[in-house]
Amino acid sequence: MDNSTLQGLGTVFAMAAFIGVVIWAYSSHKKKDFDEAAQLPFADEDEHETSDEQHKDARSNKQ
Amino acid sequence: MSTATTPTAYNYKVVRQFAVMTVVWGIVGMAMGVFIASQLVWPELNFGLPWTTFGRLRPLHTNAVIFAFGGCALFATSYYVVQRTSQARLVSDGLAAFTFWGWQAVIVLAAITLPMGLTSTKEYAELEWPIDILIAVVWVSYALVFFGTIMKRKMKHIYVGNWFFGGFILTVAVLHIVNSMAVPVSLTKSYSMYSGATDAMIQWWYGHNAVGFFLTAGFLGMMYYFVPKQAERPIYSYRLSIVHFWALISIYIWAGPHHLHYTALPDWAQSLGMVMSLILLAPSWGGMINGMMTLSGAWHKLRTDPILRFLVVALAFYGMSTFEGPMMAIKTVNALSHYTDWTIGHVHAGALGWVAMISIGSLYHLIPKVFGREAMYSTALINTHFWLATIGTVLYIVSMWVNGITQGLMWRAVNVDGTPTYSFVEALEASHYGFVVRMIGGAFFLIGMLLMAYNVWRTVRHSKAANLEAAAQTA
Repeated sequence: MDNSTLQGLGTVFAMAAFIGVVIWAYSSHKKKDFDEAAQLPFADEDEHETSDEQHKDARSNKQ
Repeated sequence: MSTATTPTAYNYKVVRQFAVMTVVWGIVGMAMGVFIASQLVWPELNFGLPWTTFGRLRPLHTNAVIFAFGGCALFATSYYVVQRTSQARLVSDGLAAFTFWGWQAVIVLAAITLPMGLTSTKEYAELEWPIDILIAVVWVSYALVFFGTIMKRKMKHIYVGNWFFGGFILTVAVLHIVNSMAVPVSLTKSYSMYSGATDAMIQWWYGHNAVGFFLTAGFLGMMYYFVPKQAERPIYSYRLSIVHFWALISIYIWAGPHHLHYTALPDWAQSLGMVMSLILLAPSWGGMINGMMTLSGAWHKLRTDPILRFLVVALAFYGMSTFEGPMMAIKTVNALSHYTDWTIGHVHAGALGWVAMISIGSLYHLIPKVFGREAMYSTALINTHFWLATIGTVLYIVSMWVNGITQGLMWRAVNVDGTPTYSFVEALEASHYGFVVRMIGGAFFLIGMLLMAYNVWRTVRHSKAANLEAAAQTA
Protein backbone atom coordinates (compact mmCIF):
# COMPACT_ATOMS: atom_id res chain seq x y z
CA MET A 1 0.00 0.00 0.00
CA ASP A 2 1.53 3.31 -1.00
CA ASN A 3 1.61 6.44 1.09
CA SER A 4 -1.26 8.28 -0.58
CA THR A 5 -3.62 5.32 -0.18
CA LEU A 6 -2.73 5.29 3.51
CA GLN A 7 -3.39 9.03 3.80
CA GLY A 8 -6.72 8.62 1.99
CA LEU A 9 -7.79 5.82 4.32
CA GLY A 10 -6.72 7.94 7.30
CA THR A 11 -8.95 10.77 6.14
CA VAL A 12 -11.90 8.43 5.58
CA PHE A 13 -11.39 6.88 9.03
CA ALA A 14 -11.23 10.28 10.76
CA MET A 15 -14.37 11.46 8.94
CA ALA A 16 -16.24 8.26 9.82
CA ALA A 17 -15.20 8.54 13.47
CA PHE A 18 -16.39 12.16 13.59
CA ILE A 19 -19.75 11.35 12.00
CA GLY A 20 -20.07 8.38 14.39
CA VAL A 21 -19.55 10.59 17.44
CA VAL A 22 -22.04 13.16 16.16
CA ILE A 23 -24.71 10.54 15.44
CA TRP A 24 -24.15 8.96 18.86
CA ALA A 25 -24.22 12.28 20.73
CA TYR A 26 -27.35 13.52 18.95
CA SER A 27 -29.30 10.23 18.96
CA SER A 28 -32.63 10.62 20.70
CA HIS A 29 -32.22 7.67 23.08
CA LYS A 30 -29.21 9.36 24.72
CA LYS A 31 -31.15 12.54 25.43
CA LYS A 32 -32.36 11.53 28.88
CA ASP A 33 -28.87 10.50 30.01
CA PHE A 34 -27.33 13.73 28.81
CA ASP A 35 -30.02 15.86 30.41
CA GLU A 36 -29.30 14.13 33.72
CA ALA A 37 -25.54 14.53 33.30
CA ALA A 38 -25.93 18.23 32.53
CA GLN A 39 -27.50 18.71 35.98
CA LEU A 40 -24.52 17.18 37.84
CA PRO A 41 -22.92 20.50 38.84
CA PHE A 42 -26.14 21.33 40.72
CA ALA A 43 -26.65 17.89 42.28
CA ASP A 44 -25.19 18.73 45.68
CA GLU A 45 -26.74 22.12 46.26
CA ASP A 46 -29.27 23.09 48.88
CA GLU A 47 -32.90 22.87 47.81
CA HIS A 48 -33.37 26.59 47.30
CA GLU A 49 -30.70 26.68 44.62
CA THR A 50 -32.23 24.12 42.26
CA SER A 51 -35.68 22.63 42.01
CA ASP A 52 -36.49 19.53 44.06
CA GLU A 53 -37.20 17.63 40.90
CA GLN A 54 -33.69 18.10 39.49
CA HIS A 55 -32.25 17.30 42.86
CA LYS A 56 -33.99 13.96 43.20
CA ASP A 57 -33.27 12.95 39.62
CA ALA A 58 -29.59 13.61 39.90
CA ARG A 59 -29.28 11.84 43.24
CA SER A 60 -31.00 8.62 42.25
CA ASN A 61 -28.96 8.16 39.10
CA LYS A 62 -26.43 5.65 40.28
CA GLN A 63 -27.82 2.13 40.27
CA MET B 1 -27.14 18.65 56.89
CA SER B 2 -25.04 17.96 59.96
CA THR B 3 -21.90 19.87 60.81
CA ALA B 4 -19.96 16.99 62.33
CA THR B 5 -17.16 15.58 60.23
CA THR B 6 -18.20 12.34 58.62
CA PRO B 7 -16.21 10.06 56.33
CA THR B 8 -18.32 11.22 53.40
CA ALA B 9 -17.27 14.86 53.80
CA TYR B 10 -15.23 16.23 50.89
CA ASN B 11 -11.48 16.66 51.13
CA TYR B 12 -11.32 20.45 50.83
CA LYS B 13 -7.99 20.77 52.61
CA VAL B 14 -5.97 19.94 49.50
CA VAL B 15 -8.23 22.20 47.43
CA ARG B 16 -7.59 25.10 49.85
CA GLN B 17 -3.83 24.49 49.73
CA PHE B 18 -3.69 24.45 45.95
CA ALA B 19 -6.06 27.44 45.66
CA VAL B 20 -3.93 29.63 47.93
CA MET B 21 -0.71 28.57 46.18
CA THR B 22 -2.29 29.42 42.80
CA VAL B 23 -2.51 33.05 43.92
CA VAL B 24 1.01 33.00 45.42
CA TRP B 25 2.68 31.44 42.34
CA GLY B 26 0.58 33.65 40.06
CA ILE B 27 2.13 36.72 41.68
CA VAL B 28 5.66 35.24 41.61
CA GLY B 29 5.42 34.08 37.97
CA MET B 30 3.81 37.27 36.67
CA ALA B 31 6.25 39.46 38.63
CA MET B 32 9.04 37.51 36.94
CA GLY B 33 7.33 38.19 33.60
CA VAL B 34 7.13 41.93 34.26
CA PHE B 35 10.79 41.87 35.33
CA ILE B 36 12.05 40.17 32.16
CA ALA B 37 9.79 42.42 30.06
CA SER B 38 11.58 45.34 31.77
CA GLN B 39 14.94 43.78 30.88
CA LEU B 40 13.98 44.01 27.21
CA VAL B 41 13.26 47.72 27.71
CA TRP B 42 16.31 48.39 29.94
CA PRO B 43 18.99 45.70 29.31
CA GLU B 44 20.93 47.04 32.34
CA LEU B 45 18.44 45.09 34.49
CA ASN B 46 20.38 41.93 33.60
CA PHE B 47 22.77 43.27 36.31
CA GLY B 48 25.70 41.64 34.49
CA LEU B 49 25.20 38.49 36.60
CA PRO B 50 24.68 35.06 35.00
CA TRP B 51 21.80 34.17 37.38
CA THR B 52 19.74 37.23 36.49
CA THR B 53 20.09 37.22 32.70
CA PHE B 54 17.01 37.06 30.48
CA GLY B 55 18.07 33.65 29.14
CA ARG B 56 17.87 32.04 32.58
CA LEU B 57 14.90 33.96 33.99
CA ARG B 58 12.66 33.51 30.95
CA PRO B 59 12.28 29.72 31.49
CA LEU B 60 11.72 30.47 35.19
CA HIS B 61 8.85 32.81 34.19
CA THR B 62 7.28 30.28 31.81
CA ASN B 63 7.60 27.41 34.30
CA ALA B 64 6.22 29.53 37.12
CA VAL B 65 3.14 30.74 35.26
CA ILE B 66 2.35 27.51 33.38
CA PHE B 67 3.22 24.79 35.88
CA ALA B 68 3.14 26.63 39.22
CA PHE B 69 0.22 29.04 38.70
CA GLY B 70 -1.67 27.09 36.03
CA GLY B 71 -0.79 23.72 37.55
CA CYS B 72 -1.98 24.64 41.06
CA ALA B 73 -5.19 26.08 39.57
CA LEU B 74 -5.81 22.81 37.72
CA PHE B 75 -5.12 20.67 40.79
CA ALA B 76 -7.40 22.83 42.97
CA THR B 77 -10.32 22.94 40.54
CA SER B 78 -10.09 19.32 39.36
CA TYR B 79 -10.05 18.01 42.96
CA TYR B 80 -13.00 20.29 43.78
CA VAL B 81 -15.05 19.48 40.67
CA VAL B 82 -14.45 15.73 40.70
CA GLN B 83 -15.62 15.49 44.33
CA ARG B 84 -18.70 17.66 43.89
CA THR B 85 -19.91 16.15 40.62
CA SER B 86 -19.20 12.58 41.82
CA GLN B 87 -20.57 13.20 45.34
CA ALA B 88 -17.56 11.33 46.66
CA ARG B 89 -14.53 12.19 48.78
CA LEU B 90 -11.10 11.94 47.13
CA VAL B 91 -10.05 8.31 47.07
CA SER B 92 -6.93 8.90 49.20
CA ASP B 93 -6.13 11.88 51.45
CA GLY B 94 -2.51 10.77 51.79
CA LEU B 95 -1.92 10.54 48.05
CA ALA B 96 -3.69 13.87 47.50
CA ALA B 97 -1.41 15.49 50.10
CA PHE B 98 1.57 13.92 48.35
CA THR B 99 0.54 15.54 45.05
CA PHE B 100 0.42 18.92 46.80
CA TRP B 101 3.81 18.72 48.54
CA GLY B 102 5.41 16.93 45.57
CA TRP B 103 4.22 19.61 43.16
CA GLN B 104 5.45 22.41 45.42
CA ALA B 105 8.84 20.64 45.63
CA VAL B 106 9.02 20.55 41.82
CA ILE B 107 8.33 24.29 41.70
CA VAL B 108 10.98 25.11 44.33
CA LEU B 109 13.53 22.91 42.54
CA ALA B 110 12.75 24.72 39.28
CA ALA B 111 13.25 28.09 41.00
CA ILE B 112 16.69 26.93 42.20
CA THR B 113 18.01 25.07 39.15
CA LEU B 114 16.88 27.34 36.30
CA PRO B 115 18.71 30.52 37.49
CA MET B 116 21.77 28.29 38.07
CA GLY B 117 21.68 27.54 34.36
CA LEU B 118 20.80 23.84 34.75
CA THR B 119 18.55 23.11 31.79
CA SER B 120 17.76 20.37 29.30
CA THR B 121 17.12 23.25 26.79
CA LYS B 122 13.76 21.78 25.73
CA GLU B 123 11.23 24.61 25.75
CA TYR B 124 8.57 24.22 28.50
CA ALA B 125 10.46 21.04 29.57
CA GLU B 126 13.71 22.64 30.75
CA LEU B 127 13.96 20.85 34.08
CA GLU B 128 16.71 18.26 34.44
CA TRP B 129 16.13 14.54 34.75
CA PRO B 130 15.86 14.07 38.57
CA ILE B 131 13.09 16.72 38.65
CA ASP B 132 11.46 15.10 35.60
CA ILE B 133 11.25 11.83 37.53
CA LEU B 134 9.65 13.60 40.50
CA ILE B 135 7.12 15.23 38.11
CA ALA B 136 6.28 11.82 36.64
CA VAL B 137 5.72 10.30 40.12
CA VAL B 138 3.55 13.21 41.24
CA TRP B 139 1.59 13.12 38.00
CA VAL B 140 0.88 9.38 38.20
CA SER B 141 -0.30 9.92 41.81
CA TYR B 142 -2.56 12.72 40.55
CA ALA B 143 -4.05 10.32 37.97
CA LEU B 144 -4.63 7.69 40.69
CA VAL B 145 -6.41 10.20 42.96
CA PHE B 146 -8.52 11.62 40.14
CA PHE B 147 -9.58 8.40 38.43
CA GLY B 148 -9.90 6.59 41.77
CA THR B 149 -12.40 9.24 42.87
CA ILE B 150 -14.33 8.88 39.59
CA MET B 151 -14.50 5.12 40.16
CA LYS B 152 -16.11 5.53 43.60
CA ARG B 153 -18.61 8.14 42.40
CA LYS B 154 -22.19 7.92 43.64
CA MET B 155 -23.61 9.28 40.40
CA LYS B 156 -24.27 7.25 37.28
CA HIS B 157 -22.70 9.69 34.83
CA ILE B 158 -19.23 11.17 34.61
CA TYR B 159 -19.71 14.91 34.13
CA VAL B 160 -18.19 16.35 30.93
CA GLY B 161 -15.86 18.61 32.95
CA ASN B 162 -14.29 15.45 34.40
CA TRP B 163 -13.81 14.05 30.89
CA PHE B 164 -11.75 17.11 30.03
CA PHE B 165 -9.78 16.94 33.30
CA GLY B 166 -9.21 13.20 32.77
CA GLY B 167 -8.08 13.65 29.15
CA PHE B 168 -5.69 16.38 30.28
CA ILE B 169 -4.19 14.26 33.09
CA LEU B 170 -3.65 11.16 30.92
CA THR B 171 -2.24 12.98 27.92
CA VAL B 172 0.14 15.15 29.97
CA ALA B 173 1.51 11.97 31.61
CA VAL B 174 2.25 10.46 28.18
CA LEU B 175 3.69 13.72 26.78
CA HIS B 176 5.94 14.35 29.76
CA ILE B 177 7.32 10.83 29.98
CA VAL B 178 8.01 10.46 26.23
CA ASN B 179 9.55 13.92 25.77
CA SER B 180 11.73 13.68 28.89
CA MET B 181 13.44 10.44 27.84
CA ALA B 182 17.12 11.22 28.29
CA VAL B 183 20.50 9.71 29.03
CA PRO B 184 21.90 11.17 32.29
CA VAL B 185 25.62 11.86 32.41
CA SER B 186 25.58 13.39 35.90
CA LEU B 187 23.03 14.42 38.51
CA THR B 188 22.48 17.76 36.77
CA LYS B 189 23.13 16.98 33.10
CA SER B 190 21.45 14.70 30.59
CA TYR B 191 21.10 14.39 26.84
CA SER B 192 17.84 13.73 25.02
CA MET B 193 17.34 10.22 23.72
CA TYR B 194 16.24 11.68 20.37
CA SER B 195 18.32 13.55 17.86
CA GLY B 196 17.97 15.88 14.89
CA ALA B 197 14.56 16.40 13.26
CA THR B 198 13.09 13.56 15.37
CA ASP B 199 14.08 15.40 18.55
CA ALA B 200 12.50 18.59 17.19
CA MET B 201 9.29 16.76 16.28
CA ILE B 202 9.02 15.02 19.68
CA GLN B 203 9.74 18.33 21.40
CA TRP B 204 6.93 20.17 19.56
CA TRP B 205 4.56 17.25 19.75
CA TYR B 206 5.07 17.75 23.50
CA GLY B 207 5.22 21.54 23.29
CA HIS B 208 2.02 22.10 21.37
CA ASN B 209 0.12 19.56 23.41
CA ALA B 210 1.33 21.24 26.57
CA VAL B 211 -0.78 24.06 25.10
CA GLY B 212 -3.56 21.76 23.89
CA PHE B 213 -3.95 19.61 26.96
CA PHE B 214 -2.32 21.37 29.91
CA LEU B 215 -3.45 24.89 28.95
CA THR B 216 -6.65 24.06 27.04
CA ALA B 217 -8.34 20.75 27.90
CA GLY B 218 -7.71 21.16 31.65
CA PHE B 219 -9.04 24.71 31.67
CA LEU B 220 -12.04 23.65 29.55
CA GLY B 221 -12.80 21.20 32.36
CA MET B 222 -12.83 24.23 34.64
CA MET B 223 -15.05 26.12 32.19
CA TYR B 224 -17.62 23.31 31.96
CA TYR B 225 -18.15 23.39 35.73
CA PHE B 226 -17.69 27.01 36.80
CA VAL B 227 -19.53 28.75 33.94
CA PRO B 228 -22.77 26.79 34.55
CA LYS B 229 -22.34 27.19 38.33
CA GLN B 230 -21.78 30.92 38.24
CA ALA B 231 -24.52 31.47 35.62
CA GLU B 232 -26.82 29.13 37.63
CA ARG B 233 -27.93 27.21 34.56
CA PRO B 234 -26.75 23.98 32.93
CA ILE B 235 -24.39 24.02 29.96
CA TYR B 236 -26.06 25.22 26.72
CA SER B 237 -25.70 21.88 24.93
CA TYR B 238 -24.41 18.76 26.63
CA ARG B 239 -24.40 16.99 23.24
CA LEU B 240 -22.18 19.66 21.75
CA SER B 241 -19.85 19.26 24.73
CA ILE B 242 -19.37 15.57 23.87
CA VAL B 243 -18.59 16.29 20.21
CA HIS B 244 -16.34 19.11 21.46
CA PHE B 245 -14.39 16.73 23.72
CA TRP B 246 -13.73 13.96 21.20
CA ALA B 247 -12.99 16.32 18.30
CA LEU B 248 -10.65 18.50 20.37
CA ILE B 249 -8.54 15.72 21.85
CA SER B 250 -8.26 13.76 18.61
CA ILE B 251 -7.18 16.76 16.51
CA TYR B 252 -4.93 18.70 18.91
CA ILE B 253 -2.40 15.88 19.09
CA TRP B 254 -1.49 16.38 15.39
CA ALA B 255 -0.94 20.14 15.40
CA GLY B 256 2.65 20.23 16.75
CA PRO B 257 4.53 20.44 13.40
CA HIS B 258 3.29 24.01 12.85
CA HIS B 259 6.09 25.03 15.24
CA LEU B 260 8.59 23.68 12.68
CA HIS B 261 7.51 25.27 9.40
CA TYR B 262 10.36 25.72 6.90
CA THR B 263 12.74 23.58 8.96
CA ALA B 264 14.40 20.21 8.29
CA LEU B 265 11.13 18.50 9.25
CA PRO B 266 9.71 16.64 6.19
CA ASP B 267 7.35 18.80 4.14
CA TRP B 268 4.41 16.42 4.46
CA ALA B 269 4.65 16.61 8.27
CA GLN B 270 4.61 20.43 8.13
CA SER B 271 1.54 20.39 5.86
CA LEU B 272 -0.20 17.87 8.11
CA GLY B 273 0.45 20.10 11.13
CA MET B 274 -0.92 23.10 9.25
CA VAL B 275 -4.11 21.34 8.11
CA MET B 276 -4.80 19.84 11.54
CA SER B 277 -4.29 23.28 13.12
CA LEU B 278 -6.83 24.76 10.71
CA ILE B 279 -9.38 22.02 11.49
CA LEU B 280 -8.87 22.74 15.20
CA LEU B 281 -10.76 25.99 14.78
CA ALA B 282 -14.03 24.04 14.64
CA PRO B 283 -13.90 22.19 17.99
CA SER B 284 -12.32 25.21 19.68
CA TRP B 285 -15.13 27.51 18.62
CA GLY B 286 -17.70 24.80 19.35
CA GLY B 287 -16.51 24.86 22.96
CA MET B 288 -16.41 28.63 23.13
CA ILE B 289 -19.95 28.94 21.72
CA ASN B 290 -21.18 26.27 24.15
CA GLY B 291 -19.77 28.22 27.09
CA MET B 292 -21.04 31.60 25.90
CA MET B 293 -24.52 30.38 25.01
CA THR B 294 -24.89 29.01 28.53
CA LEU B 295 -25.55 32.63 29.43
CA SER B 296 -28.46 33.01 27.00
CA GLY B 297 -31.33 34.41 29.00
CA ALA B 298 -28.93 35.41 31.78
CA TRP B 299 -26.84 38.08 30.06
CA HIS B 300 -28.02 40.65 32.59
CA LYS B 301 -25.96 38.85 35.24
CA LEU B 302 -22.83 40.18 33.56
CA ARG B 303 -23.77 43.67 34.69
CA THR B 304 -23.61 42.81 38.37
CA ASP B 305 -21.34 39.79 38.62
CA PRO B 306 -17.64 40.42 37.93
CA ILE B 307 -16.84 36.72 38.52
CA LEU B 308 -19.10 35.75 35.62
CA ARG B 309 -17.51 38.55 33.60
CA PHE B 310 -14.06 37.00 34.18
CA LEU B 311 -15.35 33.64 32.93
CA VAL B 312 -17.07 35.02 29.84
CA VAL B 313 -14.25 37.36 28.81
CA ALA B 314 -11.90 34.37 29.23
CA LEU B 315 -14.06 32.54 26.68
CA ALA B 316 -13.92 35.54 24.36
CA PHE B 317 -10.11 35.57 24.52
CA TYR B 318 -10.16 31.80 24.01
CA GLY B 319 -12.19 32.29 20.84
CA MET B 320 -9.86 35.03 19.67
CA SER B 321 -6.63 33.13 20.25
CA THR B 322 -8.00 29.88 18.78
CA PHE B 323 -8.81 31.85 15.63
CA GLU B 324 -5.40 33.52 15.59
CA GLY B 325 -3.57 30.21 16.17
CA PRO B 326 -4.85 28.35 13.08
CA MET B 327 -4.25 31.47 11.02
CA MET B 328 -0.62 31.65 12.19
CA ALA B 329 -0.22 27.93 11.43
CA ILE B 330 -0.77 28.62 7.70
CA LYS B 331 2.70 28.36 6.22
CA THR B 332 2.61 31.65 4.31
CA VAL B 333 1.38 33.57 7.39
CA ASN B 334 3.94 31.73 9.52
CA ALA B 335 6.68 32.90 7.15
CA LEU B 336 5.92 36.43 8.39
CA SER B 337 4.97 35.75 12.01
CA HIS B 338 7.44 33.10 13.14
CA TYR B 339 10.32 34.17 15.43
CA THR B 340 8.68 37.60 15.89
CA ASP B 341 6.84 39.11 18.86
CA TRP B 342 3.55 38.15 17.21
CA THR B 343 4.07 34.63 18.58
CA ILE B 344 4.65 36.04 22.08
CA GLY B 345 1.47 38.09 21.75
CA HIS B 346 -0.51 35.04 20.61
CA VAL B 347 0.73 32.97 23.55
CA HIS B 348 -0.25 35.70 26.00
CA ALA B 349 -3.70 36.17 24.43
CA GLY B 350 -4.18 32.54 25.45
CA ALA B 351 -2.21 32.63 28.69
CA LEU B 352 -3.47 35.91 30.17
CA GLY B 353 -6.83 36.20 28.41
CA TRP B 354 -7.94 32.58 28.57
CA VAL B 355 -5.93 30.53 31.09
CA ALA B 356 -5.41 33.17 33.77
CA MET B 357 -8.87 34.74 33.49
CA ILE B 358 -10.79 31.45 33.61
CA SER B 359 -8.64 30.40 36.61
CA ILE B 360 -9.16 33.70 38.42
CA GLY B 361 -12.92 33.57 37.85
CA SER B 362 -13.07 29.96 39.00
CA LEU B 363 -11.02 30.73 42.13
CA TYR B 364 -13.25 33.66 43.09
CA HIS B 365 -16.16 31.21 42.96
CA LEU B 366 -14.34 28.36 44.74
CA ILE B 367 -12.40 30.10 47.53
CA PRO B 368 -15.38 31.24 49.65
CA LYS B 369 -16.96 27.81 49.22
CA VAL B 370 -13.96 25.81 50.45
CA PHE B 371 -13.22 28.23 53.30
CA GLY B 372 -16.83 28.23 54.52
CA ARG B 373 -17.48 31.93 53.77
CA GLU B 374 -20.59 33.46 52.21
CA ALA B 375 -18.73 35.27 49.43
CA MET B 376 -15.46 37.02 48.64
CA TYR B 377 -14.62 39.92 50.96
CA SER B 378 -15.04 42.57 48.27
CA THR B 379 -16.93 42.39 44.98
CA ALA B 380 -15.70 45.89 44.10
CA LEU B 381 -12.11 44.64 44.24
CA ILE B 382 -13.01 41.73 41.93
CA ASN B 383 -14.44 44.28 39.53
CA THR B 384 -11.26 46.40 39.67
CA HIS B 385 -9.21 43.22 39.15
CA PHE B 386 -11.33 42.39 36.11
CA TRP B 387 -10.65 45.73 34.42
CA LEU B 388 -6.93 45.66 35.25
CA ALA B 389 -6.65 42.16 33.79
CA THR B 390 -8.62 43.00 30.65
CA ILE B 391 -6.81 46.27 29.91
CA GLY B 392 -3.45 44.64 30.71
CA THR B 393 -4.12 41.78 28.30
CA VAL B 394 -5.24 44.10 25.50
CA LEU B 395 -2.16 46.33 25.91
CA TYR B 396 0.04 43.24 25.83
CA ILE B 397 -1.54 41.71 22.71
CA VAL B 398 -1.75 44.91 20.67
CA SER B 399 1.85 45.93 21.36
CA MET B 400 3.07 42.49 20.32
CA TRP B 401 0.97 42.53 17.12
CA VAL B 402 2.51 45.84 16.14
CA ASN B 403 6.02 44.67 17.05
CA GLY B 404 5.62 41.28 15.40
CA ILE B 405 4.39 42.58 12.07
CA THR B 406 7.03 45.34 12.12
CA GLN B 407 9.79 42.81 12.77
CA GLY B 408 8.50 40.34 10.18
CA LEU B 409 8.28 43.01 7.47
CA MET B 410 11.68 44.52 8.30
CA TRP B 411 13.40 41.13 8.33
CA ARG B 412 12.03 40.11 4.94
CA ALA B 413 12.63 43.46 3.18
CA VAL B 414 15.39 43.19 0.56
CA ASN B 415 17.09 45.70 -1.73
CA VAL B 416 17.16 45.22 -5.53
CA ASP B 417 20.55 43.50 -5.22
CA GLY B 418 19.12 40.99 -2.72
CA THR B 419 20.80 42.34 0.42
CA PRO B 420 18.62 42.92 3.53
CA THR B 421 17.23 46.45 3.72
CA TYR B 422 17.43 46.58 7.51
CA SER B 423 19.92 45.18 10.00
CA PHE B 424 18.60 43.13 12.91
CA VAL B 425 19.44 45.95 15.31
CA GLU B 426 17.25 48.37 13.33
CA ALA B 427 14.28 46.00 13.77
CA LEU B 428 15.11 45.76 17.48
CA GLU B 429 15.17 49.55 17.83
CA ALA B 430 11.79 49.75 16.08
CA SER B 431 10.44 47.33 18.72
CA HIS B 432 11.41 49.48 21.70
CA TYR B 433 8.06 51.25 22.22
CA GLY B 434 6.20 47.97 21.89
CA PHE B 435 8.39 46.53 24.65
CA VAL B 436 7.46 49.49 26.90
CA VAL B 437 3.72 49.03 26.28
CA ARG B 438 4.02 45.26 26.86
CA MET B 439 5.71 45.89 30.20
CA ILE B 440 2.94 48.28 31.24
CA GLY B 441 0.27 45.74 30.20
CA GLY B 442 1.99 43.03 32.23
CA ALA B 443 2.21 45.36 35.23
CA PHE B 444 -1.56 46.01 35.00
CA PHE B 445 -2.17 42.27 35.11
CA LEU B 446 0.21 41.83 38.05
CA ILE B 447 -1.42 44.62 40.06
CA GLY B 448 -4.74 42.83 39.57
CA MET B 449 -3.23 39.68 41.06
CA LEU B 450 -2.00 41.66 44.08
CA LEU B 451 -5.57 42.93 44.63
CA MET B 452 -6.74 39.33 44.41
CA ALA B 453 -4.22 38.25 47.06
CA TYR B 454 -5.49 40.98 49.42
CA ASN B 455 -9.12 40.05 48.71
CA VAL B 456 -8.43 36.36 49.32
CA TRP B 457 -6.58 37.10 52.56
CA ARG B 458 -9.46 39.24 53.87
CA THR B 459 -11.92 36.49 52.87
CA VAL B 460 -10.19 33.58 54.55
CA ARG B 461 -8.48 35.09 57.60
CA HIS B 462 -11.48 34.70 59.94
CA SER B 463 -12.34 31.23 58.68
CA LYS B 464 -12.53 28.94 61.72
CA ALA B 465 -12.15 25.18 61.91
CA ALA B 466 -15.93 24.88 62.29
CA ASN B 467 -16.50 26.81 59.04
CA LEU B 468 -14.09 24.55 57.20
CA GLU B 469 -15.78 21.40 58.46
CA ALA B 470 -19.25 22.64 57.62
CA ALA B 471 -18.10 23.66 54.13
CA ALA B 472 -16.75 20.19 53.39
CA GLN B 473 -20.00 18.32 54.16
CA THR B 474 -21.62 16.64 51.20
CA ALA B 475 -25.12 17.98 50.70
